[in-house]
Amino acid sequence: MFQNIGEMWLLFWRTLEALPLTWRQRRKVAEQLFEIGNASLLMVCILSLFIGGVIALQTGTRLAERGLASLLGGLVGLSMCEELAPVMMAVLISGRIGSAIAAELGSMQVYQEIDALRTMNINPIHYLVLPRMVAISVALPILVVFSMLVGWAGGALVAAANPEIHVSVAAFFSDLRHAVRMFDISKGLIKSLVFAIVIGTVSCHQGLQTIGGPRGVGRSVTKAVVNAIVLILILDYFLTRFLVYFER
Amino acid sequence: MNAVAANNQGVSLEVRGLRRTIKGQPILKGIDLTVRRGEIFVIMGPSGSGKSMLLKHIIGLERPDEGEILVEGCSMRAPETMSRYRLAMVFQSAALLSSLSVAENVGLYLCEHRLKPPKEIDRIVAEKLELVGLKGTESLMPNELSGGMQKRVAIARALVIEPQLILYDEPTSELDPLRAVSIGREILALRDRTHATSIIVTHDRDLAFGVADRVAIINEGKILFAGTAEEVHHQPDPVIREFLTVTFKPINHTEQP
Repeated sequence: MFQNIGEMWLLFWRTLEALPLTWRQRRKVAEQLFEIGNASLLMVCILSLFIGGVIALQTGTRLAERGLASLLGGLVGLSMCEELAPVMMAVLISGRIGSAIAAELGSMQVYQEIDALRTMNINPIHYLVLPRMVAISVALPILVVFSMLVGWAGGALVAAANPEIHVSVAAFFSDLRHAVRMFDISKGLIKSLVFAIVIGTVSCHQGLQTIGGPRGVGRSVTKAVVNAIVLILILDYFLTRFLVYFER
Repeated sequence: MNAVAANNQGVSLEVRGLRRTIKGQPILKGIDLTVRRGEIFVIMGPSGSGKSMLLKHIIGLERPDEGEILVEGCSMRAPETMSRYRLAMVFQSAALLSSLSVAENVGLYLCEHRLKPPKEIDRIVAEKLELVGLKGTESLMPNELSGGMQKRVAIARALVIEPQLILYDEPTSELDPLRAVSIGREILALRDRTHATSIIVTHDRDLAFGVADRVAIINEGKILFAGTAEEVHHQPDPVIREFLTVTFKPINHTEQP
């Protein structure tokens, strides 16, 4: 385990060192961005709409019982931007994009494509890892912003449509605007950037470590997704502690 | 840059006392061999004898536990050796990047190292593909090609580097006899045209004795013998004799009506 953590740090550090080469790899970054957006945007919208709706439904009825339904906008707004949007989107992207990265790099490793790059003096970190890491680090915060907006909309729709809650869309967003500050949105974005780096590093590391045939690729994909999700949930706690400290 | 590297001639290679153990299993047990400039040197041996592992050490994909590899007397461990001499490898599986077209695969080295402008790269790619008999396949994807065509694209990709040392890992495996012969002819023609040193790892006896200037026989991680094809044929070592003479005989041949 410690060896894996060390290797991942090294991979991340080498990718950071290669950051000045991003402009040279801009075509590949754009391709990866398109892949991530294309594969995830619809799913992000559906998931976020329902997450926002469920929070509004579960908390709205209880708040309404106590005559506090007017606070629902702020509650849904803060839950989405501080916690649910970054964490749920990171889990979704681990499953959809992290697995795809691990499978692609794993197949390239198994079929000696990465060895072929090395014999041509092409650094696999510059050619393969850097574009994927940059793309996922740009895409995930954007997807999280989408998720926040759609989640808020989902919450507002449920709050307005459900007779037990009965908070108008205008009242919902008025409270949300009052409760959610830019710093709260920034907290979500900081989390999403860290999670993106975790997904990119874990997936690329697992892909590059693949040994064996198709079974090895399958193993790498499973490890990439599971390890990334576990790390995201653990880091989420410590990041929240860290950001709460800054809020004071 | 020294004179040899500058004039595009082949380079000499020396392997001294190469040893490698993986997970407690000795794979290479002290390999010593010398390859002269411009020669075609074939390393033959049964499956699992350490041939491909030796090739990976020569190209720098693996690090030995002991011993060294010298190109024109310069250690492969020295960082400047890889940049001073141009080495290329044709993999057993061709190892074409499946997400790139044939032209992108062949031009990858020039494109990534920004050695030529795009139009010049297109011209060189077309020229190298024509050399290996694949003119007009630029836009195809690797999965649209047969195994033999993929191998020839891999050779074209290696040629773009204008290598001084070119390594072939089982170049005729999975090919029918006609394609195998054509690949053998290709290797000979390339050596004559580019004067590059070639090292071929194979267990294809026809290819080995058809193209080799010298042959080395490797078994269980050790070089049993290295010399000309004629010298190898006259070796009394029972392992070499068996490897060179064994043929397939159907068991129930006499029982056929």
